[in-house]
Amino acid sequence: MSPALQRRLPLFATAAVLAALYVTAGLRYDNFFSARVAVDFFTDNAALGIAAVGMTLVIFSGGIDLSVGAVVGFTSIFVATLVEKHHVHPALAAVAALAVGTVLGAGMGALIHFFRQPAFLITLAGMFLMRGGAFWISTDSTGLAHPLLQRLSLWELPLTEKAALKMSALVLLALLALGGLLAHWTRFGRNLLALGGNESSAQLMGLPVGATRVAVYAFSGLCAALAGLALMLNSGSGNPRDGIGLELDAIAVVVIGGTLLSGGRGHMLGTLLGLLIFGVIQSAIRFDGSLDPAWTRLIIGALLLGFILLQRLLLRRLVRR
Amino acid sequence: MSEMRLQRWLRSPIVWPLAGLALLLVVNLVHNPAFLHIGVLDGHLEGQPIAIFNNGARTLLLALGMTLVIATGGVDLSVGSVMAVAGATAGALLTSEHPQFHALPLVLGVSLGVGALAGLLNGVLVAYAGIQPIVATLILMVSGRGIAQLISHGNVLLIRSPGFGYIGKGFLLGLPFAAVLAVALYTVAQLGLRRTAAGLFIEAVGDNPVASRFAGLATARVACLAYLASGLCAALAGVMDAANIGAADPYRSGENMELDAIFAVVVGGTALTGGRFTLLGSFVGVLLLQTLTPTLVFLGVDPPVAPVPKALLIVIVCVLQSDLTRRWLKNLLPSKATVSVAGRVAS
Amino acid sequence: MTAPLLTLSGLGKKFPGVVALDGVDFNVRAGEIHALLGENGAGKSTLIKVLTGVYEADVGSIRLAGQPISPASPKEAERLGLSTVYQEVNLVATLSVAENLCLGRQPGRFGLLNWPALRRHARAALARLGLELDVDAELGSLSVALQQMVAIARALDLQAKVLILDEPTASLDEKEVADLFAIMRRLRGEGLGIVFVTHFLDQVYAICDRITVLRNGTLVGEYATADLPRLALVGKMLGREIIAPEHSPLRATTAAGPVTAPILSARSLSRTGALHPLDLDLHAGEVLGLAGLLGSGRTETARLLFGLDRRDTGELQVKGQSARIRSPRDAIALGLALCSEDRKTEGILPNLSVRENLIIALQARQGAGRPLRRSEQEQLCGHYIRALRIKTPGPETPIRNLSGGNQQKVLLARWLATRPALIILDEPTRGIDIGAKAEIEQLIAQLRADGLAVLFISSELDEIVRNSTRAVVLREHRRVAEFSGDAITAPRLMQAMAGGHQSHE
Repeated sequence: MSPALQRRLPLFATAAVLAALYVTAGLRYDNFFSARVAVDFFTDNAALGIAAVGMTLVIFSGGIDLSVGAVVGFTSIFVATLVEKHHVHPALAAVAALAVGTVLGAGMGALIHFFRQPAFLITLAGMFLMRGGAFWISTDSTGLAHPLLQRLSLWELPLTEKAALKMSALVLLALLALGGLLAHWTRFGRNLLALGGNESSAQLMGLPVGATRVAVYAFSGLCAALAGLALMLNSGSGNPRDGIGLELDAIAVVVIGGTLLSGGRGHMLGTLLGLLIFGVIQSAIRFDGSLDPAWTRLIIGALLLGFILLQRLLLRRLVRR
Repeated sequence: MSEMRLQRWLRSPIVWPLAGLALLLVVNLVHNPAFLHIGVLDGHLEGQPIAIFNNGARTLLLALGMTLVIATGGVDLSVGSVMAVAGATAGALLTSEHPQFHALPLVLGVSLGVGALAGLLNGVLVAYAGIQPIVATLILMVSGRGIAQLISHGNVLLIRSPGFGYIGKGFLLGLPFAAVLAVALYTVAQLGLRRTAAGLFIEAVGDNPVASRFAGLATARVACLAYLASGLCAALAGVMDAANIGAADPYRSGENMELDAIFAVVVGGTALTGGRFTLLGSFVGVLLLQTLTPTLVFLGVDPPVAPVPKALLIVIVCVLQSDLTRRWLKNLLPSKATVSVAGRVAS
Repeated sequence: MTAPLLTLSGLGKKFPGVVALDGVDFNVRAGEIHALLGENGAGKSTLIKVLTGVYEADVGSIRLAGQPISPASPKEAERLGLSTVYQEVNLVATLSVAENLCLGRQPGRFGLLNWPALRRHARAALARLGLELDVDAELGSLSVALQQMVAIARALDLQAKVLILDEPTASLDEKEVADLFAIMRRLRGEGLGIVFVTHFLDQVYAICDRITVLRNGTLVGEYATADLPRLALVGKMLGREIIAPEHSPLRATTAAGPVTAPILSARSLSRTGALHPLDLDLHAGEVLGLAGLLGSGRTETARLLFGLDRRDTGELQVKGQSARIRSPRDAIALGLALCSEDRKTEGILPNLSVRENLIIALQARQGAGRPLRRSEQEQLCGHYIRALRIKTPGPETPIRNLSGGNQQKVLLARWLATRPALIILDEPTRGIDIGAKAEIEQLIAQLRADGLAVLFISSELDEIVRNSTRAVVLREHRRVAEFSGDAITAPRLMQAMAGGHQSHE
């Protein structure tokens, strides 16, 4: 196997899994191949995908962010409450929520970097903080009545007669593009991979390790807040329970996309493919009707195990040489 | 001599969580002088302290296994999900159409067996496949709840077995059985680990795995067994949870409890980097977290908001324990020698 | 004579308890390859770290091309023109060759990377070394030798004036070394000053123009390679003048006991890159000294015997029985013990007590289910603390609070407590004070008298001479000589360690 091929092997594996799942489901279920189903992959999983973009970059750097699900819930109820109960303009409320997510992320990044604390622990604390904060604002959901939010919530970009992209899906696509650009076409993205691949080398090469790490958690916090907005718009209400367990799905999507969970190697394209795999499994189970939705989690878990073992095997071969 | 003993005692890791617990108790006693009051109701003891023990029993079990895993230098994120799986297993057996599956020993055996299996999977991935603990245990954290939902067919299974319910809400000699069981397990674990060399082996592996291998320890086996123990503890906690609420809830059982367990261990004085561990510290850590919840209620914080102060607490503990802070403190405080000389001059 | 490109004068650096560098001068000229040599603790790595801005010197000055400099970080050192390539390649294995060459200084505009330019740049950097590689290949998929060359290419990319190569050849095969040398000659031709750190004397004589020798943090001297015979060089490194072979007056006893069946015997033990096939017998009541320069394969031999590394070929027999040793556990069960040279990472359990550190090997052999009684543990501790004169406030003190010498004694006690038939001591006296050294040497004699077989590895020739009843010399992963009894003398050992004397004397 050529080195270049081996390097891309996880990505190819992801693509192959996606193709196999899509074709199998398409042959089994009528209308599965329709454009509408395909568009729904994006709409239904907009929040997950947006959070996964930030998670991808965090995992590139060898870290992990368990707070994203809670940030989603916080943003959702925070913005809804500000707009509906306190009559703040939606744009202002959204900007405030994005700022909260970004600042939280930066703070966690600083604790992780400067105090040398494990990322999982600090971001777990962030998760507690934001989920508790969400419930502090309100324990019940709040419906969106503001005309601008309603319009945004219902707005669609028509593609074909039956398929149309919702706002949240557009945000997802834009963010995937932005994330891809950041990851693969900027020094920041490459520094992240260097940091995840070998921190002491990155330091010796003179890369700005601390700033990069703080920035990536801030970016992940921003993405999570955006995901919260997307989820709020999709569901038409703000709910402090939004996004419970979302961080795990986001991690799964990233890893199934061929990104090394210990950092240093990966591709944003893989995250898109991983998201589609998630969407195909979900839709197939919905189409089937007789299958328990819990199978989604189970299949995702099995894929996760498979990809982690595959990566481990490839890495071992590299080290052995 | 007694001064030295006092000094040694002050340096032991258990002091801080104990002090924290004492502080919480004082706050509560000021608010409510009857906080520590224990009364008798329907022939068993009741009161805030009993409730704290009883509600904390599940976290105590998780923290027991988690202490061992963290002592080896790892972490087990899957315990909450494993709780749900074990609870669902027990629920599915107890609600099955075949009465022969309702036998309590069988139910317990299978549920705990499932937990052991989960722990073994984690252990093999970490110790033998060399996958980072967070990554390896994340797999079950993600898929565990799915497994639990499949076992219960997505339902919350109502359990009407009084014998089973006893595990979660029964009373033994007037004391809540769950709490008695948890305390008993701590005692057994403490004796089992400290009267044999197992505790030493775990600490050695966590302190320096390379040197442990040089000294002839089966480092992989030790680590693997720690995860196995954690899976067993989580399964028992899951069974206890189902018994306590009289239902196996695959969605909510054990939710966020992995965090409580990790927090309790860290607050209790076992370092996340592995090595020295203290079961007593973890025990006190759990009591501290459990006392925090009613305290916050007194202070006017709703239970759903309780995670906020918990999060702040853990961040403060971590920051205080970090090298950076220690270096700052060292620079801020005069050196020990000058302090003791000054003390002697003053006296 | 050209003026030196890089001049270090009167450099001094102290660490708590150690003088790492003491008034060292060092000069590198443009267009030369300059070997920096010395045994462990000579100060080479401290010198390099001062040069690359990792440490700041306490006294002394550095001049580069006449200008005084004081690099405060590796980055600044690189910017000034001092680039270093380490033995463990400090690149990112999971990124491509091109990225590794350009990280931190990728070409681009508007904040976006220009990948075609980046690849072109990478190819050009490699071409300077005469290398043609697939720049998109993942670095980790290349051989260590190629990774090293990529690291050199990256270092040169920074307008380097001086290139420091810190043991680049330690894990390369002959062909790879030849390729590396070709590149070094090419760069010398371009006027670069190259500092070359290596343990292989053949390589020094193959490529270096001049040699600077350090010992114990001080400068021994600077020599033109052609003027310094190999044996004289080894003498300078080890701090001994060459004297005619004679009986050393220091030797205690030499009488080897009656020949018995060996406790351990190894036949054609080998591992690629670590040891060429080696035969070795160890008998009860003998101290077999294993001598050789750093990197000659001494520690590798110990690791293979103890089951720490998997051997490629070879048979082991313990007490006449074929032995299957695949882990330290196996070795310990057969009565072997290994006191490692790297006390900190392979020896102590830093936060555990002296008592726990002492009993851990014995307890591990017994298993968790058969714990030593506390009274037994305390008795063992008391015995060894007295017998080895371990200075500790008590058996419950964490071992990290003890001095190096006392830590070493606890580790020795750990192994003695297992009552081994054979004990391997890898540099047991490294980094400990003189008093403790003498005590450890006494202990070795005592062990021999008690009928143990001891494999004694040391860089100190005198120690080998004083303590061994038999000595084997390794050079470049091969066994090159064996001496017995009175025939073990420092000059003979040195000659064997130096090798190739016919061409340089």
